[in-house]
Formats: sequence, C-alpha cells, structure tokens
Amino acid sequence: MSLRSKDLLGIKELAAEDIELILKTASGFKDVLGRDIKKVPALRGRTAVNLFYEPSTRTRTSFELAAKRLSADVINISISTSSVVKGETLRDTAGTVQALGADFIILRHPCSGAAHFLAKNMDASVVNAGDGTNEHPTQALLDLFTIQEKKGVIKGLEVAIVGDILHSRVAKSNIYALKKLGAKVRLIGPPTLAPSYMKELGVGIFSDMKSGLKGADVIMMLRIQTERQGKGFFPSTVEYFRNWGLTAERLLEAEHDVIVMHPGPMNRGVEISSEVADGPRSVIMEQVTNGLAVRMAVLYLLSGVRA
Amino acid sequence: MNILIKNGRLVDPSQKIDGVYDILVAKGKIQELISHGIKVKVQKPLKNTVGRRTENRELITIDAEGLLILPGLVDMHAHLREPGFEYKETIQTGTEAAIAGGITSVCCMPNTSPVNDNATVTNFIIKKAIEKGFCDVFPIGAITKGQKGEELAEFGMMYEAGCVAFSDDGRPVMDSLIMRRALEYSKIFNVPIISHAEDISLAAGGVMNEGLLSIKLGLKGVPAQAEEIMIARDIALAELTRSRLHIAHVSTKGSVELIRLAKKRGIADITAETCPHYFSITEDAVEGYNTNAKVNPPLRKKEDVDAIRKGLKDNTIDVIATDHAPHHRDEKLGEFNLAPSGISGFETSIGLSMKLVDEGALTLNQLIEKMALNPSNLAGLRKGTAKQGADADLVILDTHTEYTVDAANFRSMGKNTPFEGWKLKGSAVITICKGKIYDIS
Repeated sequence: MSLRSKDLLGIKELAAEDIELILKTASGFKDVLGRDIKKVPALRGRTAVNLFYEPSTRTRTSFELAAKRLSADVINISISTSSVVKGETLRDTAGTVQALGADFIILRHPCSGAAHFLAKNMDASVVNAGDGTNEHPTQALLDLFTIQEKKGVIKGLEVAIVGDILHSRVAKSNIYALKKLGAKVRLIGPPTLAPSYMKELGVGIFSDMKSGLKGADVIMMLRIQTERQGKGFFPSTVEYFRNWGLTAERLLEAEHDVIVMHPGPMNRGVEISSEVADGPRSVIMEQVTNGLAVRMAVLYLLSGVRA
Repeated sequence: MNILIKNGRLVDPSQKIDGVYDILVAKGKIQELISHGIKVKVQKPLKNTVGRRTENRELITIDAEGLLILPGLVDMHAHLREPGFEYKETIQTGTEAAIAGGITSVCCMPNTSPVNDNATVTNFIIKKAIEKGFCDVFPIGAITKGQKGEELAEFGMMYEAGCVAFSDDGRPVMDSLIMRRALEYSKIFNVPIISHAEDISLAAGGVMNEGLLSIKLGLKGVPAQAEEIMIARDIALAELTRSRLHIAHVSTKGSVELIRLAKKRGIADITAETCPHYFSITEDAVEGYNTNAKVNPPLRKKEDVDAIRKGLKDNTIDVIATDHAPHHRDEKLGEFNLAPSGISGFETSIGLSMKLVDEGALTLNQLIEKMALNPSNLAGLRKGTAKQGADADLVILDTHTEYTVDAANFRSMGKNTPFEGWKLKGSAVITICKGKIYDIS
C-alpha cells in the first residue's frame, strides 16, 4: 500500500483513489491514537524535518506529533520570511537538511510552488504543508476525513466554503478534493475575495450568505486575514461580519444536520460568532484531532514509495 | 580584405530584392550586388558545402549556394546588463550572442546599474561596445531619472552621446503628466518614446497571466487590462502631443486592437513591437512553476497569440524584438514568485520567427522588415539594408537544417529559455557585421 509519488504536493496531483487510500489509512491510525499506547514503530529510524518559512502552530505541531507517533525522529526548523530574500536559498537550506539525512521534508512556504520546486531538486519526500496561495493538501485531507466521519459519504454532499477564497490555499485544496470525491461545492464571499471567474473551477459562486447557505450539508469557514482590510477587499471587519459572518441565525438556512468547520486560527466575531464556533454543529476541535491521524497516514504511505 | 558572397538568395525589402546575387563587400561596406538574373531556386545545401569559404590575400569567397542572405537583423529591445549586472551578461557576451542569432545591431535598454539616465553612462556603454562588442550597440536612454517616473532624464545630452530612443523599460511611467512631457520633449530629437505599458497598481505584483491557470497554480495574476489601460493612455497622450510613440512587447489581443484603431485614426505616429515568445507560446509554459517562462508582460492565452500573429500579418505590429533578458542560473533556480522576469532571446529569435514564415503567418519580406528594416528606421540607425554603400551587415541563414535548442550552447550567459528542446529551422551560419565575418557553426 503506497502512493504513486514520493511527494505530496497538492490535491491537484492526486487521483480519487489516492485520496481514498489516505482516508482509509488515516482511519486505522485514528484507532491507534485512541489506545493507551499511541505509538507505532512504522517509521523508526526515519527522520522528518519540519521546514517552516511561515509561522504556524497547529500544522507544525500536528506534523511533529504525527511523525513522533510513527517513531520517526523529528527536527523543527523555523525560518523567518525575511531571510527568504536575503539569506540562504531554499535549495541550499533544503539540501543541507537532506544531507543531514532527512527522509521527509515537510515544507511550509509563502511562495506557491515552493514544494514543487523542492520535490524536483531533492531525493527526500516533500510534503506540502501549505505553499503560498496554492494548496494545503493535508488540511483538505483532514477536512474530508472529518466530513466522511460525520456524514458517512462525501459524494453528493453540498459543501459551502465561505470567506477569502482567493487567497486561501485551504479552499483550493478542498475544492479539488471535494470535487474529486463527488461533492458539490459553492463559494460564498464578497466578489473581491470570491470572484466570479473562479466558476471555472467547476463551483457555484454566491455573494450573499442567505442563498449560498441554503441546503448546505457542510459549511467551511475560512480565516479572514484582517490585514486585507483597507486594501480594498472589504471596507471593515464590522461590515464583513454583518454580511458574511456565520451566526446562529444564518445557520438556519443550511440543512438541520449541517456541520461547521474552520481550519483555524479563528477570528471570533469577524468570520464566525462564538455561539456557532462553540456550538453543537461545530466540528472544529475534531478537525484538529483528525489532522494527526491523516498526517500519520500521509507520512506512512509516502515512506512506502521510497522504501 | 574584400569579401565575395556567391550564389546565395538575397532578400532585401529595402530594395525590393529577392533573388540570387553575388555580394561584394569592401572596407566594411556593401560594394556591389551582382544579380544572377535567374529565378529563385531554393535547394537544400549539401552539408559539407554550407558556407564554404576560400580565401586568398585579397578576397575571401563565401559560397552561399542554397542559403538565404538577409540584411543583418536589428533588435530594438534588449538588455545587455552592463554596467551593474555583469554576472547576468556583459556587453561582450551579449553582443556575441546577438551575432550568433544573426543580429548585427542591438538597442539596449537603460535598466542597468547605474541606470542609463545620463550621458556618462551612455558614453560608457558605447565605449565598451566599441572595445569589447561583437556588433553595433545603440543605447536607449531612460525617460526619467533613475527610472523612478518622477523627473525627466537629460534627453538632450543622452541624445548627443548616442541614445536612439527613450524608455523606462521594465517600469511604466505611471504619472500621465510626466509621460506627456516626455512625449513633448522628445520631439526636439525626433526619437520615439518606447512605452513599457503596465499599470502597476492593477498588476499589483502579479507574476503570470490572470485566469484559471493562475488560480490553479496559486500565483498572482496580471490581467490583460493592466497592459491595455496603459496602451490606451499612451495612445491618447501621443495623439494629444502628436509625438512618436512606440509600444514595447505587445502581449494581448486587446492591445493589438487598440493599436490597430490608433493607426487607423492616423493622428499620431504610433508603432509597436512584439517578441517571439508572445507569438510562440502561451501561459501553459508556466505549468510546473517553470521560472524560465516567467516574463513581463506575462505569457498569455492562445487567443492572444493568434491576435498577435494577425497583428504582425496586417502590420499593426511593426517590429519583432527579442526583449533579450538574460538572468543568472541561480536567480531562476528557486521559488517562482522570487525569480526575476525575462527570457534569454537573442539565440532563438530568428528560428522562432522563421517558423512564422514556414507556417504562412508572415511572408519572408514582412519578417525581414520587422526584424531589420523597420526597427532600423524607427531608431534612425541607417541599418537593415544591403544597399550599395550601406554598412556590410549581413546574415547568412540555413533555413533547411533542423536544430534543437540547447541553452547550454548559448553564447549568452543567460540560459533562461522556455524553448529548451524545441526543434527549429533557421539558424545563422555566418554573420557579417561591418565587413567582419563571424562563423557561427
């Protein structure tokens, strides 16, 4: 059992069977995580390096713990974005890491395609932990895993993704993943952040929440990067919340058994009300737990390609 | 030493010539053209006779049977990188690459370091080109000091030093008033203002064409309108001032339409150029985050490529220039967002352009006009012709033998090409610049 490529660069590059294999494998690892002894020896003697060029808490921690649960050695390297321009090149840094014996390079980088570039130039398995505004494949995989757990089947579901779609690698990966598994996707947001030309991705576009949420089985909220305020994408966070914030009242437009997801970190009161975030329809904390199992599955399956 | 080029097919639109001629070159000038007086017979040259040369003390004879002879090509848009970026290219390596591409006159853009915005830098470039250069170099001066778009540079002194046009290429002149002044002031010298048409507020740091592919790659897109808005503005300003405006590197369908309309109105003297990459490839070349396909303006869509070919055909676009923009390997070997824009174009230009002729998109005459005669006339160079008495700038082309583009063999220091591995026909066998013979093979 393994994937076809040595790297996980994006959902775009995966076939539906690959996604299903990862989800199935993750399910097995989730059982492991429920045991008293939460560790398996699958990757003993292997080394995973978290190479992070952007700040991250949950993704980095999740990958670190996933690798540790598989008995791999883990090293964390954080490099501030400023040194991308002035310091060592990405190729040199990654080359150094590889020369130290890394089997996995888990890369988070502000430039789209950075993981693709490394994959071409390194023998190690490269796992994309978020590249620019391109993809964040493990986030989409854990989202799919969570949906599958809650809904049983993904095919035919109505999924609404709300917020800053244009700049969101999470949204992109989810759009590809959901469509590959047969779900229907609609995007909701101001036209500056959910522009109509994104229709070409095979999704519906809505600029108002009421019609966009109608009949949704799943709502995925995205983090609004508040620094975009004043750049002309939307006038203020107050106006944003008024129009696109997820409130308990708006939730009524969706199916009664809708689930609410958020990749975190949340801006409470900007894109989501606390009432919803902490409410009964929220699966946000479960997403975090599932992320661990999914990342274990990814590392495990990639090790099979290289072995 | 005199040169006699025998039996080649000479095509020279400046004299409406297309036939087999013997060309006699003396003292660096075209001395005489002797027509064979027979109809053109195109035949494949035997491999071992291609450009065969015999010489004695007085005369070098080149047998050009089966080969095509054109006036030396004139490239009115290139970056030679010197001074300041000698790690990318020098005047020496750049002009050597030009010669290899059949180009005998190069107009170099001012975005060097320091910027060519004063006569001292212009003088340096000209001196360096005389000392080290393989072909003629004609500097283009900056429109504004430091290319900052704020104050006019010293046009008069740069013109006296040898600048043949003015441009802030690489950057637009965003301030419409400054652009108006530049157009007005340039009239004293009767030289064109070359517009790098890009509304940088709208381009907003984009790195490729805006569209489905830019979304899929997660790369910031530049809409075609960023170019078209500025072309529309500059046409309006040229009509206001009745000045000479030349639009650089046209990349979109909308731009072609704007220029076509402006020419039809005929109010101002408007000319335009495009580059081989804009009529040869689309944004698809960027797939896989190929930094060698990162160029500004960005590669566009098929409909744009088609419109540019049509614009060349109906002479809306007057010039094919290379926009030769060499970069160091390390700069292109990394993240797409961080890689500099540009394609090393000298050594693929004629091959890609000859493809247009092969495909019937352009006549051979038009091609030579756009690659030699028109740019020479635009920049006032008195080149691009094989008339008696003209500088003996000639390129002898093999149009039959297919070759594979291999950047490792480029004379240019810039190996950044999206055409690696392409099979092309049309390569310079011998380039002659002011009577100096360069054997390319």
